[in-house]
This record gives sequence, structure tokens and C-alpha cells, in this order.
Amino acid sequence: MFERIRHMIIKEFIQVFRDRRMKAVIFVVPLIQLMVFGYAVTMDVNSIPTAVYDLDKSYESRELLRRLESSGYFDILYFVESPEAIKELLDKGKVIIAIQMDRGFSADIKKGMKTEVQILLDGTDSNTATIAMNYASRVVAKYAADIGMKHLSSFPALLDVRTRAWYNPDLKSRNYNVPGVIALMIMLICLLLTSMAIVREREIGTMEQLMVTPIKPIEFILGKTIPFALIGFFDMFLVAVVGLSWFNIPIRGSIPLLTLSTAIYLLSVLGIGLFISTISKTQQQALMATFLFFAPAVLLSGFMFPIENMPEIIQYGTYLNPLRYFLVILRGIFLKGNGINILWPQMAALLALGITVITISSLRFTKRLG
Amino acid sequence: MKLLRIKAIAKKELVQIWRDPLSLAMAFLLPVILLFIFGYAITLDVNNLSTVVYDLDKSGMSRELTAELRESGYFTIIDNVDAHGAIDEYLDSGKARVAITIPKDFSKDIKKGGPAQLQVIVDGSDSNTATIALGYITAATELYARRMNGNHIKSLIDPRVRVWYNPELKSKNFIIPGLIAVIMSIIAAILTSLTFAREWERGTMEQLISTPVKTPELIMGKLIPYFLIGFLDVVVSVFIGVFLFGVPLRGNVFLLMTLSSIFLFGGLSFGILISIVAKSQIVASQVAMVASYLPAFLLSGFMFSIFNMPKPLQIMTHIIPARYFVSILKGIFMKGSTFRFLALETFLLSVFGLIVFALANGKFKKKVE
Repeated sequence: MFERIRHMIIKEFIQVFRDRRMKAVIFVVPLIQLMVFGYAVTMDVNSIPTAVYDLDKSYESRELLRRLESSGYFDILYFVESPEAIKELLDKGKVIIAIQMDRGFSADIKKGMKTEVQILLDGTDSNTATIAMNYASRVVAKYAADIGMKHLSSFPALLDVRTRAWYNPDLKSRNYNVPGVIALMIMLICLLLTSMAIVREREIGTMEQLMVTPIKPIEFILGKTIPFALIGFFDMFLVAVVGLSWFNIPIRGSIPLLTLSTAIYLLSVLGIGLFISTISKTQQQALMATFLFFAPAVLLSGFMFPIENMPEIIQYGTYLNPLRYFLVILRGIFLKGNGINILWPQMAALLALGITVITISSLRFTKRLG
Repeated sequence: MKLLRIKAIAKKELVQIWRDPLSLAMAFLLPVILLFIFGYAITLDVNNLSTVVYDLDKSGMSRELTAELRESGYFTIIDNVDAHGAIDEYLDSGKARVAITIPKDFSKDIKKGGPAQLQVIVDGSDSNTATIALGYITAATELYARRMNGNHIKSLIDPRVRVWYNPELKSKNFIIPGLIAVIMSIIAAILTSLTFAREWERGTMEQLISTPVKTPELIMGKLIPYFLIGFLDVVVSVFIGVFLFGVPLRGNVFLLMTLSSIFLFGGLSFGILISIVAKSQIVASQVAMVASYLPAFLLSGFMFSIFNMPKPLQIMTHIIPARYFVSILKGIFMKGSTFRFLALETFLLSVFGLIVFALANGKFKKKVE
């Protein structure tokens, strides 16, 4: 039996790597994903393109602008001279926020009268707009409090809020995203390779040749999945090593635990790949079915969008998503240094899910073959 | 180019598509599923942050502060703990994301006129949620402090904030138009990336080569049926966005459809180029997935603002057609932009389409190796 599986694995490796391009895919695809997620995906908002329409041109108005700029959140790119110019810049998307101070701004402040600052925002990107609005309001409020203090000279700071962020003190998006890329990439590569490699045999007609050999279905399944599991492991280590050395992502937990969890995760992924192969007749179908599973699985996993913000029914649905558990495990190991004593519920759930999926798929596969 | 031959190829391709109803069904299911996930399941707004409170003061004032946090709607207080160790456990296991410690002399210090300390710990592993949580806490405590202070201070400056294009700041309104661009990039690449590779793999390419059909005719013929599917996908997506999710469509629908067609042409040609270069379906599918979903999703400005990216990456986004299509869609949907504002984007999309089409043409060798 092992002999036959061994030959099957060798055949599979030869087939995969005969194509020079495939080698490149296995190396380059994970690294591209890592780089893009490491550099591009950030919800941190800074250097917001800003326009200013300062009609007052006084010491006070310039002081407020100076504070906006030195907050680090705003990049004042344009000083305009008319409201039309503001409209044009916002319409064209050149700036996200425009600040306008009318004539009399400084005079009002000096008289101790209430005055106004106009803040115009491009709300198309509501996330950025909300954050920009909060930042701008805070800078203005701080400035108002400072001049208010001068006037009243008795504004005690009542509360001293000390905030700390654990596990990721600088709140870097990268530390959060890069461990997640491992889960994402293993899923994408292994799902596609498994489902398409099996369907290809059917599409080209080599499946019949395999069927007349003494190979048993279970041996066929193992022979088809083990090579891709190995590729999955390889890519996991590739991303982990590059993440550690290039992006300085901390890894605080144990690497054997990481390897063990990856193995458990692969059970589900390969099981789903096998399942897709049983419902697809052509590689085109396998590709579409893979994406049809992959996209919702990623979006509803907590990879970028927290699960607790989703509607309740969907939250329950995510319990069937292997990615959900593996992400908690990965982030726990990388960022929090969690051990098995904390992660065991996730690992148990992942294992149960994996065994179920791979059993159902194998049964379906065997039946179809017979 | 002869119209007759293009028609013949297109017809053959259509028959093939028709014989594979499962793939066709999935081509329409995919945009619908993605739209529903983004429309219903996902939101960028943060609320119900699970919070634990460690109240050492146990006074009316500390309780008032907790109530203030609860009433803000952003925090769900899941437990009141009695030891520091309990906080560690809640954060380590991920059961709580925020921990607030109110020290013993909290109320005494406030009565004395402050400053009273307040300790806030957030789980920084999800940096986005953490940043937003910190903002909420600052706002809630500022409100509390101001109330405690009575009306001693009047704020001198009154910031008047107005939000254009999306006054209620609904994330749906900006996500759905951008999402249509993402869906179209993915669909276009997935649909066509296997077309040439499949013919090579199955051996039917030799038959095609032996006919008098010329390369541009072959590419055009294969493009047209998928263009129809893609175009229908656009119509379905716009329809769902406007009528089901109530996203405002302020601009001209014909302009939207025309510019979508230009984008589709480029996207489909790109898929064909991948198919021609990769030659095997497995390689083509991997390349198509990564070359379509990654840039369209992450580098197009669909959700992640381009101005936040490092400079080299910002420059790179200029060669990603989805970037221009995202701004076209957002412009037409939310700003009611007319062609005058979108001329540059349209021009660049057309150039991209033509270059990719020409490349596909050049890369295709009409002979058997």
C-alpha cells in the first residue's frame, strides 16, 4: 500500500513541477501576497490630503493650521482662494478634507466670542471620513481648550486617561495581517491545486488509466493530497520566515505548535478541495467553485472584518469556517505567545471539522469512482 | 479581421459555455454572493466591543463612568472583574478586547478637582479595531469629564462639520460601488484565463490552428461571449446595489455602462493574456486569482486608501486598471460625476485594454510546438 502511495506522490510531484512556471507559482504567489498585505493593507489613516481656505489670514488661523499639520494626520496640499476651488478639489478627489476659516475668526477669539471653523469632508470613503472628522475635531477642541484656558485660567484637567495597547503596542496593521496571510495563502494554493489536479485527470482522460491500476481509492486520495499538503507546509514556512525577517513580525509562541496547527488546518482545506473535485467535471468548474468557497470564507473569517460585528445568524455560520479557527490560532501564536492551554478549544474544533470534511469527501469520492 | 470568422468562433465558444451550465450559473452567483456579504454581513463600523471593567473604587462616580461607556453603544460590558489576573485572562483568550481599570481613589480625586486616573488596555492585535476603540474611549471620557466639570468652560470654537456625497457616512455607500469594480476584475480574469489553456490541454487547439482563423479574430471571438456574461453581471450588480441596498446612483446610467464596457474589455483581454502565457489551466488559475483579486481588492482604493500606502506602492497602483474603475464607479454613483471629470480615467482604461489586447496578440504563437 505504501509503495503505491509513494509512487502516486512521486508522479504527482513530477506532474506539478514539470511545468517550470508552476515552481515560480509556488514561490512567487505567496511572497506577492505577503508583500501586498504587509505594505498595502492598512486602516491606519494618516497624511490625509487637505485643502485650506483661510479668509482670516491671522496669527490664530495659522496657529490652528500649524496644529493640524503637526498632528501628523493632515497633509495640507492646497491653499485656495475661493469656495469654488474647494468644490473642484473635492469633486476631483484631490483632497478628502477642506478647512475653511472666515474673516473675523481671530477677532472673535480675541473678544472671547464664539467663532466657527468649517470642515468639509468627502464622505465617499466613510471609514476614512469618520476618522478624519474625529482627528480634526479633536485638534480644534484642543486648540479651543488651550485658548479657553488662557482666558479663564481655571480649567483643571479632570481625567487623566492612560491607554495601553497590548500585544501590538504601536498598533501596526502589519502585525495583525501577516500571520493571517499564512492561512489565506495555504487555503488558496492547496484548494486550487487539489481540486484542479484531480479534475484534470478526469478532463484529459488519464483517470481511466489510473482506475485500471491496482490502486485503491484511499491510496489515490492520499497520493493526491499529500504532495499538496507538503507544498502547503513549505509555503507556511516561507511566509513565516520572510514575515519574521523582512517585516519583523514577532513570533512569541512555539513553532512546533504552529506546525501541528497547520497540519490540522490542512485536513479541512484538503477535504474541501477533494469535495470540490467531486462536484466538478471540468477545471473551469473547479476554479469557479473554489473561488465561490474561498471568497466568502475569507470575508467571513475575521481576517479583516471582526466577526462580532456581523449579524447573529452569520456569526453562527462562521463556526463552520476552518479559517476562523486557524486565524485565532495563528494570531495567538504570533502576537500573544499563546500556548496549547489557551488554544485547545480552537484546535479541537478545527480537528473535528477537518475529520468530518475529509470523511464526507472521501466517501463521496470513493462512491463516484466506483 | 473578418467578421464571419469572429462570429464563428464566438458561436463555438457560446455553445461550449452553454454546455457547461454549472460554470455559467456560478458566473452569476459569484457577484450576487459577494454583494450580499458586503451588503449585509460586513461592516467597518465598530460596535459592541466586549469590555471588562475592574472597578476598585466602587463609587457612584465610577459606576456613572461605566454607564457612560455602556450607553455610548460601542462597548458591551461582559464582566466586572475583581483581580488584575482576570484581565490578563480575558485579553489573552480574546474574550474581551478592552479592559478598563478604575483605581481606588477615582472619586476622591475627582472631588478634589482632579486629575483622576483611568487605565485603559486594548487588545492591539487587531490594530484597526483598537484604534477606533481608543477614539471612542477618549470621546466618552471627554464627555464625562465635561459633565463633571459642570459648565465651567465654554468652548470658544465651534467646529461645523459637513460631509459631502455621503452625509450619513454609510460604509455601504462607498463599498458597494467599489465592490462592483472588484467583482468585475475577478470575474473577467476567471472567465477567460482558462479559455486558451483549456484548448491546449485538451488538444483542440491544433484543430483551431489548422483553420484559416487569424489570431486577433480568435481572441475577439473568444472575448465576445464572455463580454456578454460580464456585462450582464454589471447590470445585475448595479441593480442589486441600487434597488436592494439603496445605494444612490446620482450619475448617468449610460455613462456607467459605457465605461464598464471599456473596463471589461481590458479585464477580459488580461485574462486571455494569462491563458496564452500560462498554457496549463492549473498555472493559469493560480496566476489569474492572484493577478486579479489581490490588486483589485487591495490596491485599487476600494477599501484601503491609496494615500496611506508607501510611495513605491502608490506609484504601482497607477498601472492597476481597477484603481481607475473604482474612482469612476464611486464618482458616478456618489458624486454624480459627468464625463468631464472622468475623461483621464477613461483614457487610461482604454489604453490599458488596447495594450493588453496587443500583447495577447503578440504572445500567441499559431503553431504546434
